[in-house]
Parts: sequence; structure tokens; C-alpha cells
Amino acid sequence: MEMEKRKEILQLLQNDARLTAEQLAAMVGEDAEAVAQAVREMEQEGILLRYTAVVDWEKIDTDTVTAIIDVKTTPRRDVGFDQLAQHIARFPEVRACYLMSGADDLSVVVQAGSLRDVANFVSRRLSTLEGVASTTTHFILKRYKHDGVLFEGPENDDRLAVTP
Amino acid sequence: MNRFINPTIAALPPSGIRKFFDLVAASKGIISLGVGEPDFVTPWHIRETAIHSLEEGRTSYTSNWGMLELREAIAEHLNQWQGLTYDPTSEILISVGVSEAIDLVMRAVLSPGDEVLIPEPCFVSYTACAAMAGGKPVTIPLRAEDQFKLTPEQLEAYITPRSKMLFIGFPNNPTGAVMTREELAAVAEVAIKHDLLVVSDEIYGDLTYSGPHVSIATLPGMRERTILLNGFSKAYAMTGWRIGYACGPAEIIGMMMKIHQYIIMCAPIMGQIAALEALRHGAKERDRMVAEYNRRRRLMVKGFAEIGLPCFEPQGAFYIFPSIEPTGMSDEEFALRLLEEEKVAVVPGSAFGESGRNHVRCSYASSYENLTEALRRIGQFVARHRKEAALSVGKQ
Repeated sequence: MEMEKRKEILQLLQNDARLTAEQLAAMVGEDAEAVAQAVREMEQEGILLRYTAVVDWEKIDTDTVTAIIDVKTTPRRDVGFDQLAQHIARFPEVRACYLMSGADDLSVVVQAGSLRDVANFVSRRLSTLEGVASTTTHFILKRYKHDGVLFEGPENDDRLAVTP
Repeated sequence: MNRFINPTIAALPPSGIRKFFDLVAASKGIISLGVGEPDFVTPWHIRETAIHSLEEGRTSYTSNWGMLELREAIAEHLNQWQGLTYDPTSEILISVGVSEAIDLVMRAVLSPGDEVLIPEPCFVSYTACAAMAGGKPVTIPLRAEDQFKLTPEQLEAYITPRSKMLFIGFPNNPTGAVMTREELAAVAEVAIKHDLLVVSDEIYGDLTYSGPHVSIATLPGMRERTILLNGFSKAYAMTGWRIGYACGPAEIIGMMMKIHQYIIMCAPIMGQIAALEALRHGAKERDRMVAEYNRRRRLMVKGFAEIGLPCFEPQGAFYIFPSIEPTGMSDEEFALRLLEEEKVAVVPGSAFGESGRNHVRCSYASSYENLTEALRRIGQFVARHRKEAALSVGKQ
């Protein structure tokens, strides 16, 4: 399948991972078997990694906290940032880990059951790692938009029901 | 009280849509495929620009013609898009939606008894505006077997010595039909032969799905006899802003401008500022919405094919126009019973002219989930009633 169609399928799945091959096929104008095949290929090629849900945890569990932690490192010869970053990324609390431009080196997103859990993670696990020079922890206070989804006040459909 | 009322207005039939609207508005929990406007909200950068303009206190009148900057941007846009050249100082008028421009052109051009050729099915206000302007609307019934396109033979057949104007709207509301360059050229030839003024409502021009839109004004000999109408409502999801425009020869646009300055003064400035932003920076969002309509269009075409309602593949706008003949119902009955039994609203095709009878207009300007569910319900409705129709034929 041509690259443009593949990209379109990826964009559609990124918005709604539950779309079936049939539905995707109708949307992009291909047959369902070809779409299923392309999806399988992209899964095998490591392009499509996982199908997930966007959850507003605040509505069901007010204890969950998320923090974004800026990490300054002392990079080591030969391995650069990769070894430390991959090490940090292995902790299950870490939802995301990026190498950043700017004053700090790594940006680590941590999700945990409570504030104390995050504090423990930072003080016991993260800052004690060899190569971590300093950390700055920012707690997320409120989510307005996540992964392209507005959490509050998406526009209502207040069009008249029938118009010419 | 009737003695006070203008008989021309009294004789106008109420919009067929209006009648149906009241019924739908009274029902609860329906999925409406009856909406003739985008389900997208105006892109944020456009709204944000308008908000900023209000903060800056830009709340005055503009030139009667509309802001020069906007007219210049439209001239440039039409040049890049269609290769058309219009002088922004005398050949482009900003109106309150295309709706106002339809009225303006009728009033500027028609004398009592002048005939306006109007292919139907079409948007509801062409015939009404022609009649209100003292003209005589002459409708040309387009045929499903022609995919509701105008043929030169049909046009020729309705021309009389009083024919002055041909009024077309492609991509079409309600059918989704698009006319190709060749098809338009054949019509243009007849228009030139009989010296007709052509008014072309191209409000859905950006919403085409099999190649770019062709304006009839681009054909040889047509620019000097065409009034091109367009606006921002559909392509940029800006229906509520009410900004349209008319382009054409300075003499006619000047007359339209004269009416416009007396009745409207100018289009609202906040809408004009938003429209300018749309033209300057809106292409990406516009294309994203068009791609989304196209995906839904494919879903609808496939859906109606599976349901078994005959339907040509629409190439423009956001409507699909299936025939409901297999159910043995009239289009009004179909729409009413579908609303009652399945809570899905569609618009009877006859609301857009007699030749739309036995069809219904379904707008796919609705979410994918809504469309999928609506198709499921229509499918179950048709399956149920097709059986009834077959049984009652069997009994006779």
C-alpha cells in the first residue's frame, strides 16, 4: 500500500484505535484485506506499537499524580545519554522519557499512586543513579488536553437539526 | 390583514425544509443527517484572530464593498485556484453570505417577466429570490440518470426569448453532483449562443473529491457573462459568520453594490477579519476537513450500496442523495416514518424541487459514529419496509 495511505491509516488509528479494518478500508478507499495486511506489516515493523486509551483519571481516582521531571546528567564517554536514559525508562512508573534540547538533558514523565510515591521514586531511585546530577520535579495540577484530546469543554454540536 | 400583504410574497411557497424542521425539532434523541452545514467548529486560529480583533476594538463599519484587504486576498486566491483575474476595487463585493449575493444579483439583473433558468434539485432560495425580484423562475428538472447534471439539450429545451439568466450551483446541494470542465463547456456554449448571464453558486467548490473544482467562469468567453458566488461557510466551517462574495464584470457588480449599500451597508467586520485569516492561513485546516468529509463520503456510498438504495457516487459537497423507490414510499413519507420509527432525520428530496422527488438528502457532516449508527438504522428500516412493499404487491 502506498505511503500516503499508510500514513492516513496511522493518523486515523492514533485518533481512534478501535476502528476496524472494515471501517478503515471504507474511510481510506481500500479493501479491508489490504488494510488488515498493511496494519499487520506496520505492527511487525515496529511502527504501530500499541493500542491504548486516553483516560481522565481525575474522574475516577483523585490520588493518581503525574510529574514531569527535568534531569540534568553528566554524560559519559562512549555511551552518551542513551545508557542512562534507557535505564531510567525501564522503571514501570516512568510513562515517558525524552532527551531534550535546552538547559536540562532528560525529561521524565512519572505517574504514580500518590505524591509520596513520586517523591520516593525521585529521591530513592532517580537522584541516586550514577550520572544524574540534579532533578527538578514539576507536578501536573490539571490536564486541559492530552494526546490531542480536550478534557473539558469540547465544543457542543448546537447546530439546528435541519437546515437547507 | 391580508390586504396589507404583498401578493408576490404571499404566493411564495414556504420552504419545504421548514416544515420538516419543526417536526425534527420536536423529537428527542434523533441522529440528524438533515444539517446543511459542517459539524466542525470554525478552526481555532480563525476564532482566535476574531477575538483578538474585538480586543483591539475593531468594531466599525467597513467599506461598502467590504475590506479592501479581504477583496485583495480573494482576488489572489481566485487567481491561484482558478486562474481567474478580478479587480479587487470594482469586481469583487463582500456580501452577508452567498444568500445575500443571490438576492443582489437577481435584483440587479431582472426586470419583470425576465426568465431565470434554474436546474433543480437545488438550494432552496434560488427560485424564491428570482420571484421576489420580479423575475420568472423556470425550473429545469435534472434527472437521476444524468447524475443530476445539467445537459446542453435540457438547457436548450427551456430557453425562450425571455430567458435572461442561468443559475447553477455545483458542487450541488442536495445531490453532491459535480460538473466536469467538458460538461460545463457544453452548457457554456448554449449560454453564449443565447446570450445568457450565468450565475454560479460555488460555495461547495472546495469540497470536491475527484479532482479540483472547475468554475464555469474559467471557460472561454464566460468570464464576461458569469457572476461567481462563493464564501467561507462550507470550506472553513464558518456558516455563522455570514461572509460571502460575488465576483464578475464591474458593471453588474457595481449595481449589486448599489443595492447592498442601501440595504446592508456592509458585511460585519468581525466576520470579514475572520475570513481574511481563513484565506491567509486556513488551507491546512480546510484540507484536513475535506479529507475527513471524503472518508465519510466513502462510508456513506458503501453503506447505501449495502442497504440497497440506488445512489450515484457524489463527487462534491457533503451530501448523498439516494433514491428511496425500493421502499415504495414517497420521499416525504420515507422521511417522516424514518424519523418516527428509527429517529434518524433526512430531508425529503422534493424540498429541493420536484425532480428531487423519490430521493432523500443525507448530509454526512456528522461524526463517524453518528453516520455508522444512522446507516445501521436506515438499513433496518429499509429491510423492514421493502418486505412490506413486496408483500403488498404480492397480494394485489
